[in-house]
Amino acid sequence: MEFAEKIKHFLDWLLGPVTFFLFSVIGFGAMIAFRGWWTRTPVALSLFGLSVVVFLLSMTDAQFRVIIEKPDNIPIVIMLCSIGFLLWLAFRKMAINDGLIEQGLPTIEARESKKRVMCWPDLIYSEFLIAILVTIALLWWAIEIKAPLEEPANPAVTPNPSKAPWYFLGLQEMLVYYDPWLAGVVFPTLIIGGLQAIPYIDMNTKGNGYFTFKERPFAITVYLFGFIVLWVLLIMLGTFLRGPNWSFFGFFEYWDIHKLTSLNNVNLSEYFWNTWLGMPLPENIFLRELPGFAVVIFYFAALPPILANTVFKRFFIECGFIRYNVMANLFLFMAALPIKMALRWLFNLKYIVGIPEWFFNI
Amino acid sequence: MALFKNLTETQIWKSIFRHKYPDNTRDQALAVLSNVFLHLHPIKVRKSGVRMSFTWCMGGVTFFLFLVETITGILLMFYFRPVVEYAFNDMKDLREVTPMGIMRELHRWGAHLMVITVWLHMLRVFLTGSYKPPREFNWNVGVILLVLTLLLSFTGYLLPWDQLAIWAVTVGTNMARATPLLGHEGPGAALLTLGDIPIITAGSDVRFGLLGGTVVGPATLMRFYVLHCVFIPMIAGVLMAVHFWRVRKDGGISGPL
Repeated sequence: MEFAEKIKHFLDWLLGPVTFFLFSVIGFGAMIAFRGWWTRTPVALSLFGLSVVVFLLSMTDAQFRVIIEKPDNIPIVIMLCSIGFLLWLAFRKMAINDGLIEQGLPTIEARESKKRVMCWPDLIYSEFLIAILVTIALLWWAIEIKAPLEEPANPAVTPNPSKAPWYFLGLQEMLVYYDPWLAGVVFPTLIIGGLQAIPYIDMNTKGNGYFTFKERPFAITVYLFGFIVLWVLLIMLGTFLRGPNWSFFGFFEYWDIHKLTSLNNVNLSEYFWNTWLGMPLPENIFLRELPGFAVVIFYFAALPPILANTVFKRFFIECGFIRYNVMANLFLFMAALPIKMALRWLFNLKYIVGIPEWFFNI
Repeated sequence: MALFKNLTETQIWKSIFRHKYPDNTRDQALAVLSNVFLHLHPIKVRKSGVRMSFTWCMGGVTFFLFLVETITGILLMFYFRPVVEYAFNDMKDLREVTPMGIMRELHRWGAHLMVITVWLHMLRVFLTGSYKPPREFNWNVGVILLVLTLLLSFTGYLLPWDQLAIWAVTVGTNMARATPLLGHEGPGAALLTLGDIPIITAGSDVRFGLLGGTVVGPATLMRFYVLHCVFIPMIAGVLMAVHFWRVRKDGGISGPL
């Protein structure tokens, strides 16, 4: 028992926003790199067994149970399980298909795609069966667990923490790093617009209608990084690990409202003028924020052409000018989140451009 | 068996079902073709496309959950009054007094599940490259449907009118005040003035339009109720029709070319 407590304390001590994100990225990289290995049935089954054991052991902890068993948090557990299973399924097929393509053989899907079967019964029966199974599962869930109903609405009493619905908690977590106009308005708009742009900027004609990784590694890696790391895992972080005052708490840590996190975040302008040049901040706002503007303009205006001549050369040739620039800018916007996170953690950087007078903070 | 045979020979039965028992190709085709609900399907599908390990059936489950939400939602509408004085108490009654009171549970858990399945559907479509030509447009319709699903869930979140509801919606809609140009705490809003009178204030920005006030209040409840029960489902319904129709027109469930 004592030993278990020690492990839990160690894990709580180990986990923070930085390590959580770092582990996510490392795990993500490993998932892509070792897809041929971990998708093999014995390995996948062992990993599954291991996570079930860890989960069940964690459920013996009262604090862990409090968070996991909140009625509105149960869908997140369901989501994590189904994503785990479906990623295994997808990566398994990708690994098999990539091997088949390499040998010049038809993919699993191609073997059957010429053959047509009657919709009744082959498709309609399975649709019907799934509908029945979903109904049963939903009924069971509804009977077992009551929908939450808290105290009547009271505008005078703000709960701490105040959280958005769980599916928006990735966005709420972004608020730690970006101001609401970016995290709450511009980025969501770009996520939607970016998703809509995907079919028009992906010029790779391969991999249409079957699972493959090797034929489209960039598209799959970027999409999965966005979905798994920047969306799903941030939801998990925001729901399970953020407590009062949006402080970070480990899985087994008590949500202490008095937990203190000392933060002294500094703007780029202060770094530039005070620390590096040893001068007071200039009165003129534009002069004061000149270094920040330079960084932002360099990032969005100069990086795309530089990338077009180096790592993205092939994309530029395939896509043409407009498509390439849309793609590169969307890519840079997506990268802006992990970059700002890293800058915050490494240098306590608050704003790159900080003009609170006009609510214009980047 | 004899009874069943007699039943299927009656004029009533024959007037409903225009085909014999579908144990042969002709009647199987007719079973799909002559049924308004099933005729969205083609007569034949790719064998690779009916595999659950390929489609994950997530689109189908999402649509099914939309139907569940519609039915349970209509039943809830019989009891629920979207007025601040009654909303919370109606919820409490739905929970404690209404016989067979699991409609609210079915509705809420179904909604959560629908958010998950619609994401997983998108994941599958992406991983199989099914957004590629000729399906670019349908991917776009799908993205909008995904956003509508989130909005449906979000507007519904307010209706119980408890602490969880108003504060989650407050946190969410507070973002709107930071909208560039159109929110009173957004960059550039201060530039929009008539002489020295600001146009964008807390009482005139997008957040005000969304909430019908400066805070989440009675007007917000009514607005979200109408959005949740009528406006968004209507748009989603139209787009779903387009989505399914385009699946057919763009060549059915995707497969290797």
